[in-house]
Amino acid sequence: MIIATNVQKKFGRLVALDRISLSCNKGQTIALIGPNGSGKTTFIKCLLGMVIPDSGFITVNQENIHQNWQYRKQIGYMPQISRFPDNMTIEQVIDMVRDIRYQPGQELDEELIDAFDLRRQFGKRMRTLSGGTRQKVSACLAFLFNPAILILDEPTAGLDPVSSELLKDKITREKAKGKLILITSHVLSDLDDLVSEIIYLQDGQLRFHESVSQLQEKTGEAKLNKVMAQIMLQKTAHQ
Amino acid sequence: MKKIIKYSLLDILRNRIILAYTLLLALVSISLFLLEDNPAKAIMSLLNISLLIVPLVSSIFCTIYLYNSAEFIELLVAQPIKRSRLLWGVYLGMITALLVALLLGIGLPLLILHPASTSLHLFLISCALTVVFASLATLSAVLTRDKAKGIGLSLLLWFYFTFIFDGLVLLVLFQLADYPLDTAMIGMSMLNPIDMARIGMLLQLDISAMMGLTGALFQDFFGTGAGLLLITFVMLIWMAFPILLAVRRFKNKDL
Repeated sequence: MIIATNVQKKFGRLVALDRISLSCNKGQTIALIGPNGSGKTTFIKCLLGMVIPDSGFITVNQENIHQNWQYRKQIGYMPQISRFPDNMTIEQVIDMVRDIRYQPGQELDEELIDAFDLRRQFGKRMRTLSGGTRQKVSACLAFLFNPAILILDEPTAGLDPVSSELLKDKITREKAKGKLILITSHVLSDLDDLVSEIIYLQDGQLRFHESVSQLQEKTGEAKLNKVMAQIMLQKTAHQ
Repeated sequence: MKKIIKYSLLDILRNRIILAYTLLLALVSISLFLLEDNPAKAIMSLLNISLLIVPLVSSIFCTIYLYNSAEFIELLVAQPIKRSRLLWGVYLGMITALLVALLLGIGLPLLILHPASTSLHLFLISCALTVVFASLATLSAVLTRDKAKGIGLSLLLWFYFTFIFDGLVLLVLFQLADYPLDTAMIGMSMLNPIDMARIGMLLQLDISAMMGLTGALFQDFFGTGAGLLLITFVMLIWMAFPILLAVRRFKNKDL
């Protein structure tokens, strides 16, 4: 569904993405992992057209995304730091996005709004919300239009354990429907049982893109954080 | 795009700056007519005030509003909306709000106190200046990522067109006093939308004594009818060029 070819992005002298090529298919749940500043968020922003790559191109469903906006109908995005218009209430924000994005005949998915019990806080203004509640609103918006591709940038950061579990359950259910899900997270234990593939970025370069089962076989570990620890150790040993 | 105009307009009307601006304009226009017996003089005073205030408020308001709606823009950029439509939507929302303020603050009092063609002219000129400076402000907000720089840039543009430009024109005039500069002066005045607005108004008022050099040259060169047509054309370019450039830049901006 998503194919990136030689995507390169520089911010001044800093190379944020260094000729990244990868492909993601329907039904996969992919973890984007890498140290801080490795280019995960930049890559995601490139996918969404928020950051324009210097060279290379990305296609979503065989459509080049450059200067295109239609393809975003298939994407639900939850940013790492969600920023909303301060003066609007939760309800107004959700209604606004719905009003702008809704297409007749589309099925809306309000499961998360109910699960997080957001309706009780609908009248609160965005500026008064805690980081976690903002995150919840952002998650609800990402899932609202039942998109075929979900891009979640640190979805569980700032959420309390209960909400975090609720969100993970939701992701599991969407995964079962055969959607493509891209997640970044630093909490690897959150990703256990959830992801089927791992993309590892470092210094803007793609280090590897392999399925979890392959990695588990290679390292002989079951838990994701152990797997990753093993791989990083091996890498340093090689160098 | 209609929906984006709607939401930014709703947002703008919720904050009180536009209301304060409307009241200020209404206060100025009503009090000028009450203080002055001769309506032509009152119109002149109002012209001078609006040539100063309208571009200033338009620039500052638009730049600040664009930076304040960074969140709104960021939220919607990830949605299936064309980027150019997003910026056009916010821009048209701002212009609509400012023009409504002008209509209530200048248009309506003039209609009641002095319903004449010069009043209509003054109103139209203020509208044109609003749009021109909203375009320039949008351009400076798109060009600079930093809020302080963006506001500074649009203030500088206002300052340049209001004060510095005239000084430069005088400088050129004195330096090159030995050469025939008539046509060149007409060309130079086109580089300043505020000059264009002033000349446009004075041509209409037909008071050559107050027109200054460029105004007199204009009338001499084109006559009133063709002169106004040319001014309209130049003003349209001043409205369109900055915003088109801003949309172009915005399409390729990293957010």
